[in-house]
Amino acid sequence: MAETHSLQDMRQQASIAAKVFIQRDYTNGTMCQFQTKFPSELETRMDKQQFEETVRILNNLYAEAEKLGSQSFFEGCLACLTAYTVFICMETHYEKVLKKIAKYIQEQNDKIYAPRGLLLTDPIERGLRVITIFEDRSFSR
Amino acid sequence: MHLGESMRECEYSQISTRSSTPMETPYKKRTPKKRKWETFPGRNKFYCDGRIMMAKQTGVFYLTLVLILVTCGLFFVFDCPFLALQLTPIIPVIGGALFLFVLGTLLRTSFSDPGVLPRATPDEAADLERQIDVANGSTGYRPPPRTKEIVINGQTVKLKYCFTCKIFRPPRTSHCSLCDNCVERFDHHCPWVGNCVGRRNYRFFYMFILSLSFLTIFIFAFVITHIILSSHQNGFLSALKESPASVLEVVVCFFSVWSIVGLSGFHTYLISSNQTTNEDIKGSWSSKRGKDNYNPYSYGNIFTNCCAALCGPLPPSLIDRRGFVESDAPQLAPPTNGITMYGATHSQQSHMAAATPLLQQQSSEPVILTASPENGTTLPSRASLTLGGPCTSLPLGQPTPPTSTPSLSCHEVTDMLPIHGHTLNHSHPLQEQMAHHHYLTPEEVPSPPGMLPCSSPLGHSHTVQASFYNPASQDSLHEDSVRGLVKLSSV
Repeated sequence: MAETHSLQDMRQQASIAAKVFIQRDYTNGTMCQFQTKFPSELETRMDKQQFEETVRILNNLYAEAEKLGSQSFFEGCLACLTAYTVFICMETHYEKVLKKIAKYIQEQNDKIYAPRGLLLTDPIERGLRVITIFEDRSFSR
Repeated sequence: MHLGESMRECEYSQISTRSSTPMETPYKKRTPKKRKWETFPGRNKFYCDGRIMMAKQTGVFYLTLVLILVTCGLFFVFDCPFLALQLTPIIPVIGGALFLFVLGTLLRTSFSDPGVLPRATPDEAADLERQIDVANGSTGYRPPPRTKEIVINGQTVKLKYCFTCKIFRPPRTSHCSLCDNCVERFDHHCPWVGNCVGRRNYRFFYMFILSLSFLTIFIFAFVITHIILSSHQNGFLSALKESPASVLEVVVCFFSVWSIVGLSGFHTYLISSNQTTNEDIKGSWSSKRGKDNYNPYSYGNIFTNCCAALCGPLPPSLIDRRGFVESDAPQLAPPTNGITMYGATHSQQSHMAAATPLLQQQSSEPVILTASPENGTTLPSRASLTLGGPCTSLPLGQPTPPTSTPSLSCHEVTDMLPIHGHTLNHSHPLQEQMAHHHYLTPEEVPSPPGMLPCSSPLGHSHTVQASFYNPASQDSLHEDSVRGLVKLSSV
């Protein structure tokens, strides 16, 4: 029984292979930005411009989420006045942008990465530490 | 095949009923899905199915709560009727509003996630390790402490590697030794509030101490007023006899006012200069350190700094306490955050085994990155990741109780630092202590005490090079992976 179980896992694990991690870029402070440097492991897999474009747009989206604009200011004041109970019915600006980011990543995966046998993960699942790019072997089969 | 399987299933179910253990078949899910908070590796306590998150020691928090509730309760019961009649009924209304605000912000500070960073997944940790160890080689000596230097707005900032969480700590992040978590924009661990104060709950904390200052002054002033007015009518002693609770309130408020108001003032200063308590105590951005030393995070003017701290966007919790642990996931997603090896199921191990860090080195053998419990040995003995054996005492994925002496004194320093009510009065001795104990500040000591020799306190700068692969290390990895495969298949 245990043998079959591990064999099954091994078949599955064969379909998950290498990963590339895009780390955070802290040169602008604590804002959530990712390094746009093209990893050498992806050289044979995809176009450098497309990769950099993806990361650049993600960085812009995260910057928008953390922006100190009038919207976040009013949201903060309103929340303070209502003792933060307003967030029971309303989403924070950050959460709204995170949803946008999730949609963007999904779209990028469908259009650009999946056809090349790669997959992007949403950094929020990794605590905004890294963007992981998988090589999805099972898909390319 | 099908028949055989179902027969085997029947056999299994028969055996399990005879041995009176709960019926389990390998093809069905054994246990109900667990929520991520249940397998959280830090030393936090969770309530309400993961909605509430607090530190381990909450005794002092209950004391805070009792003090506030009792003092306010006595005020409303004994002083407010008199004041409402003699002066104006607005007094209890304002008092009530203040009290509710204080309570709300206190609970919000204590119960929310301060900005805990989830620990690195095993493959991330392995990738980082590989990048770092490449530079160290296999000379057999312990490597220098892992730091990365970056330049933020013209200031050089050192990012330290957290041995517990297996990440390079983002700037302003610190590892709380009490909660055993890396917390973003770590301010301090507050025992009065029963939680760390970090990026996500700093504004609530500030609102709490600010409103508590107002409440304390309010109660103090009006209780004194009450006694004075009452003693005009009946004499001082009979006034005191009439409402003995007022005496208690005056005493509590008198002692609280100095500490709470002082603390509010201190944090107002911190907010306006965009510093954390941690940075201020260490003097990270003090001009005493150097002529060109300035705070790279400050926005330049007080107003923007205040807005940023109090009204800036509130980031969501990164640890997803109420999500479900995907333990038997036959998917592409690697094991979720917060799962450490010793909690791993069989399929998780093989998952981790699958992740090779590089795409180009397409060896089909998976690399086992972490301890494989099936053979009973832990990583230090195998040292599969620390190529060539430097720093073999690296216990990846092990809990980090601060048991040895160095971290005990670190503990002591940590405990002394954040205890409120005395920050202003005791700032100088604290700073002196910090100077002596510079080696042992919470964020400088990596959590596993055994690692101390590995990380020199002065923290050599250690530039991490771009990821490239050392052929020698590839061989040892290859060897380990083959060994690992053999082990897997033998199960």
